[in-house]
Amino acid sequence: MSAVADTHAQDHHHGPAKGISRWLLTTNHKDIGSMYLIFSFAMFLLGGSMAMVIRAELFQPGLQIVEPEFFNQMTTMHGLIMVFGAVMPAFVGLANWMLPLMVGAPDMALPRMNNWSFWLLPCAFLILVSTLFMQGGAPNFGWTFYAPLSTTYGPPSTTFFIFAVHIMGVSSIMGAINVIATILNMRAPGMTLMKMPLFVWTWLITAFLLIAVMPVLAGVVTMMLMDIHFGTSFFDAAGGGDPVLFQHVFWFFGHPEVYIMILPAFGAISHIVAAFSRKPLFGYASMVYAVGAIAVLSFVVWAHHMFTVGMPLAGQLFFMYATLLIAVPTGVKVFNWVTTMFRGSLSFEAPMLFAVAFIILFTIGGFSGLMLAIAPADFQYHDTYFVVAHFHYVLVPGAIFGIFASAYFWLPKWTGHMYDETLAKTHFWLSFIGMNLAFFPMHFLGLAGMPRRIPDYALQFTDFNMISSIGAFMFGATQLLFLFIVVKCARGGEKAPAKPWDGAEGLEWTVPSPAPYHTFSTPPEVK
Amino acid sequence: MANETANEQPERRSNSKVIAWCLSGVVGMFAFGFALVPLYDVFCEITGINGKTGGRYESGATQQVDENRTVRVQFLASNGPGMTWEFRPVVRSIDVHPGQPVTVNFYAANGTDHAMVGQAVPSLAPSEGTQFFHKTECFCFNQQPLEAGESVEMPLIFIVDRDLPEHITKLTLSYTLYDQGKMTEVSRSDRTQTTTNNNG
Repeated sequence: MSAVADTHAQDHHHGPAKGISRWLLTTNHKDIGSMYLIFSFAMFLLGGSMAMVIRAELFQPGLQIVEPEFFNQMTTMHGLIMVFGAVMPAFVGLANWMLPLMVGAPDMALPRMNNWSFWLLPCAFLILVSTLFMQGGAPNFGWTFYAPLSTTYGPPSTTFFIFAVHIMGVSSIMGAINVIATILNMRAPGMTLMKMPLFVWTWLITAFLLIAVMPVLAGVVTMMLMDIHFGTSFFDAAGGGDPVLFQHVFWFFGHPEVYIMILPAFGAISHIVAAFSRKPLFGYASMVYAVGAIAVLSFVVWAHHMFTVGMPLAGQLFFMYATLLIAVPTGVKVFNWVTTMFRGSLSFEAPMLFAVAFIILFTIGGFSGLMLAIAPADFQYHDTYFVVAHFHYVLVPGAIFGIFASAYFWLPKWTGHMYDETLAKTHFWLSFIGMNLAFFPMHFLGLAGMPRRIPDYALQFTDFNMISSIGAFMFGATQLLFLFIVVKCARGGEKAPAKPWDGAEGLEWTVPSPAPYHTFSTPPEVK
Repeated sequence: MANETANEQPERRSNSKVIAWCLSGVVGMFAFGFALVPLYDVFCEITGINGKTGGRYESGATQQVDENRTVRVQFLASNGPGMTWEFRPVVRSIDVHPGQPVTVNFYAANGTDHAMVGQAVPSLAPSEGTQFFHKTECFCFNQQPLEAGESVEMPLIFIVDRDLPEHITKLTLSYTLYDQGKMTEVSRSDRTQTTTNNNG
């Protein structure tokens, strides 16, 4: 991506600065978007290699490769890096690149803060990853860092983990403020709220979710810090605190967080499905209201993650029904995507393949979520591999396939070249098969009683674990192909026209490919 | 770049206004995270769902004893991490009539060679019964200092409320005894306050 922006700079009066200072000091939304995307892919590979360690250990029963303590560090770091390092920055990167182009703005509203919010991220992850090399090892208490496991029994590096979370929280909040300011203030004349592209809508709602819950995450890690170092007893029963309080505060952040990781994908998929069906999106307004409804409901369902802590019946019923209610707006969205494709003039280029897989597989993940939402049944599924299967089905073919689909969809706009369609389709099919091989057997493992976060398991789980590990290695290796495709596309290839997809709509296709360093210096008119 | 466009379109709202609103949201939600702590305590006190029995029970009217109903109350005692005292109930279980004040004793012995302070934290199961279990006197209201080798029988006086739901025939009261000995004097006095307020 960067290579192309460089070549473009030579024929432009206000081109980017030369050398490293271009990247350190840039306030250009395209540069910052590229940096976010590259950073997130690096974190994706790092978190992915940790997943490879986990699956290698679980290939056979017994302890083969790593010590249980290190295994626990791997599960924890894999979760933290994928959530905060891979998925969230990837969507912020897409937002940086595409929001100004989609609303017809010359840049993000707060370009200097944009630079800062990106450069905080590498700092945060440097701190987080450095804990692996510290005395006592990296955090080993799971990405949910339940107290007292993370307070009384956590390793000394927990303090560094807390600061890393603080920094990435500040980064996310600044990113969210920037998105809100851009969308509210920088839209082209004539673009009313209900004329905004859906990716813009979903990001606006995501940004509000970020502002609402990232401070709560900061609060909960601050309480941990105080319990560990300043003698308070927020989560310590001995001093009058309550460990269950931790779970309530954490999941008050945690549940909206999972929608933060999926809503922007909903938006991007809506563009892609419509473009490759060569039809306008079915039910635009209902899509907007559905996303709003999901966002509101996400604040009143958090305790479904903790049915087993002991809750009165009324509480279990409330959280169960509220959770099941989320299926309604989500169902509206799936219905609209399918209806958009219905009797459309479909073609299946790589973005569309990922988008269709997204719809099918995310729905499977949604259904297992409904199973988990049923309080009495959850007592059996809780903390088993069924949960692991569920959230990987919504995050891998959900969030990550959404990101891949977006990347292929907009790569021609970013680089000015078409990507290699054959390789991209290969990437899709290998990812699709690998991902299903890796995660589908986990449903069976969980229902049969295999607990999550263990380095060893009973013999009867061997076959499914082997299949799962083979699928995981396949999925992991395939992502190197994606790196190759993107690099190849950035370096050259068939020239992309301004609008490479004949069914695509939106302002971003009115600027040339690759998008010039500065676009929409005069705002376009939206009718 | 952004500023130039701002001048061209004076009618749009200013970025600083948006930032101010967003930042107040951020600060508000950070405060809300901390507000969840007292809110949670209040909620638990009203509903009793975390099994924490309340503070000292003071009631003007003595309850009529319900001779027709018998509730079994079981006692459990366990030590928190690193606590080395011997700690057990003198009687394991007792049958009581609702409304009747009952006294039982817990035994604690400091077998170490130095003075220590312990704090017992109660929990009642099933949690539905929490609001109907009243303690008029409990060793858990205060911290327990014991000299090296000292032992003590600590009293608990409780009343099971007559309004205890019919389907509950058995209550289990468990105490976990935590080591408070390593604290400095300052934090000890702080903690005494917290514990007497919240744990009762």
